[in-house]
Amino acid sequence: MPKLNMVQAINLALKEEMQRDKDVVVLGEDVGRDGGVFRITEGLLAQFGPDRVVDTPLAESVIVGASIGMAVYGLKPVAEVQFEGFIYPAVDQISNHASRIRSRSRGRHTVPLVIRTPYGVGIKAPEHHSESCEAIFCHMPGIKVVMPASPYYAKGLLISSIRDPDPVIFLESTRLYRLLREEVPEGEYTVPLEKARVVQEGKDVTIISWGFMLHRTLEAVEDIDAEVIDLMTLNPFDEETVYQSVKKTGRVVIVNEAPKTGSFGSEISASIAESAMLYLKGPILRVASCDVVLPLPKLEDYYAPTAERIKKAISEVMKY
Amino acid sequence: MPEKILDSFTVKRLDILDEKGNADEALMPSISNEDIRRFYEMMLLARTFDQRALNLQREGRIGTYASIFGQEASQIGSALALERTDWVFPSFRENGVYIALGHPPYKILQYWGGDERGLVTEKGLNIFPVCIPVATHVPHAAGAAMAVKYRGDEAAVVAYFGDGGTSEGDFHEGLNFAGTFRLPAVFICQNNQWAISVPRERQTAAGTIAQKAIAYGIEGIQVDGNDIFAVYKATRQALERAKKGKGPTLIECFTYRMSDHTTADDASRYRTKEEVDLWKSRDPLLRLKLFMEKKDLWTEEYQKEAEAKARSAVDEAEKKAESVERPDPRDMFNYTYGKLTQRQQQELKDF
Ligand SMILES: Cc1ncc(C[n+]2csc(CCOP(=O)(O)OP(=O)(O)O)c2C)c(N)n1
Ligand SMILES: [Mg+2]
Repeated sequence: MPKLNMVQAINLALKEEMQRDKDVVVLGEDVGRDGGVFRITEGLLAQFGPDRVVDTPLAESVIVGASIGMAVYGLKPVAEVQFEGFIYPAVDQISNHASRIRSRSRGRHTVPLVIRTPYGVGIKAPEHHSESCEAIFCHMPGIKVVMPASPYYAKGLLISSIRDPDPVIFLESTRLYRLLREEVPEGEYTVPLEKARVVQEGKDVTIISWGFMLHRTLEAVEDIDAEVIDLMTLNPFDEETVYQSVKKTGRVVIVNEAPKTGSFGSEISASIAESAMLYLKGPILRVASCDVVLPLPKLEDYYAPTAERIKKAISEVMKY
Repeated sequence: MPEKILDSFTVKRLDILDEKGNADEALMPSISNEDIRRFYEMMLLARTFDQRALNLQREGRIGTYASIFGQEASQIGSALALERTDWVFPSFRENGVYIALGHPPYKILQYWGGDERGLVTEKGLNIFPVCIPVATHVPHAAGAAMAVKYRGDEAAVVAYFGDGGTSEGDFHEGLNFAGTFRLPAVFICQNNQWAISVPRERQTAAGTIAQKAIAYGIEGIQVDGNDIFAVYKATRQALERAKKGKGPTLIECFTYRMSDHTTADDASRYRTKEEVDLWKSRDPLLRLKLFMEKKDLWTEEYQKEAEAKARSAVDEAEKKAESVERPDPRDMFNYTYGKLTQRQQQELKDF
């Protein structure tokens, strides 16, 4: 089985879905001739032609808005927004339309749309290239939010996202694109949305994370009997898997890359407090980025959670 | 009833200095020989700086960098037309504008090295910080122009953006707003033919960017963006119009991005060498040099001196940029709000 990095795995998912289903089209800035600034769509233009792989004008609102029109008409667009920091012109389309057309039309129309976009720290890029804003989209009922943490899961989750009848925001960590390789089967397999996975079982503490932060978490738990959960789909999240684990360990640390205030970790924390409070031995701790404007590269390393900070939180909850 | 013609429009284009260094004397702006040399030396400095920045990036001494190679006339010609009271709203590719307006080059390196302090201009130098989300600063310029008008100040506001930027909603909204209120604004589009890998034709079916002005009811003009005289003159006229209450102007500087989009890009993936070579012959410095030579303003010796001067300015900038002490990590807390929040205080304690 070939060992692929996340760029190759996502590319393969797109290629295979486009082969399987002529309704799948790709559009965005630089996705065609250039193959995307991260080369995610490399080779797709040559294979599928300019009607299915569309270099658009530089305008995120119309990239997403037009994708909604295509999706309502019956296509399955996969739109790329070059960086999550540039998605804001399209937020009107996402929040006011993509998320609501099913409801507004009482199910007559649906929006089977995927918006892929890179996020996160770790590549030391200019301003707006490193944020992690998943919580914003988790606050839009009607939108699903998926964040893969490795090549195998990226491929399977993307295929599920493309086949899903509802709009999905698919967030890809730039740091993870080329960080690791793993075996990724060619051909059909899917990883279901709305299911978390237990990455490692343990009995002392539950650590919940997603995307790049999962890897910082795994670094931090090397000599701890921790149960590590990769949430994979943030909204709707897999409550059952989370509560089951919490009931077993009685201790919780949540690690996310976004600033703490209003982060999605806060939602999980509150949900655990509501549903499994009586199983807890101590407080639920969130390890998150600082509540500051994300600094330029010189200070970037001070911003996001490190293995160190995660360890500290774990030893804190282990006191109980 | 027959169809009527309600109105008809023309699209203007200004060329003064051709590739061989011949200028149309009738169109020449009034500038002294001394100023012509200043134009040239400033373009040389900007280019020297730019080449050095590219090298520093290659050596890993600064981060991702956006080159201005090929666009020196558009940037220097427009910036040198400004007055101290005018305000500038740049995008991310205006290193030449910064230099021409007197922002110390070491600070520009500091910024591209990943340090916010590099964007801090001295008091009286009115350049808004770099704007990376494409075209999102166009409305800011319109708003600042509205404030200028409100205060009755003798100033204009200039926004810079690229051809790709004209596809964004904010471009439309900003120009429409500025036109509606006849604001003292000048919108400078450096049409360098590419938005990363996307060619100009993929941004709009319109034949020029200048003609977009027509729909906003404002003045529009295309100029040869590699002709510093044309850029200077058009900017001067636009500023004058703005300050006289005649409303905004859209200037399309027709130029070319000679480098990759940024150091993270590889333009050979999407454009031909022939195209790049064609634009080499249209080089903005070369043609001004030829012009100056004809006017006895240029000699080999002068060139050497000017190059040496530019090089030493850039040497100094490099040295200074590298000797700046690292920013204090606490600064990321200090500048998020006017004062620390309770939560930030806690986060700082755990820092
Ligand atoms: C809103 C937004 N979308 C995407 C990007 C990524 N991006 C940075 S520069 C660029 C192309 C800009 O082209 P143009 O406006 O022609 O300016 P140029 O780079 O040629 O100076 C793109 C797509 C961005 N910075 N902002
Ligand atoms: Mg451009």
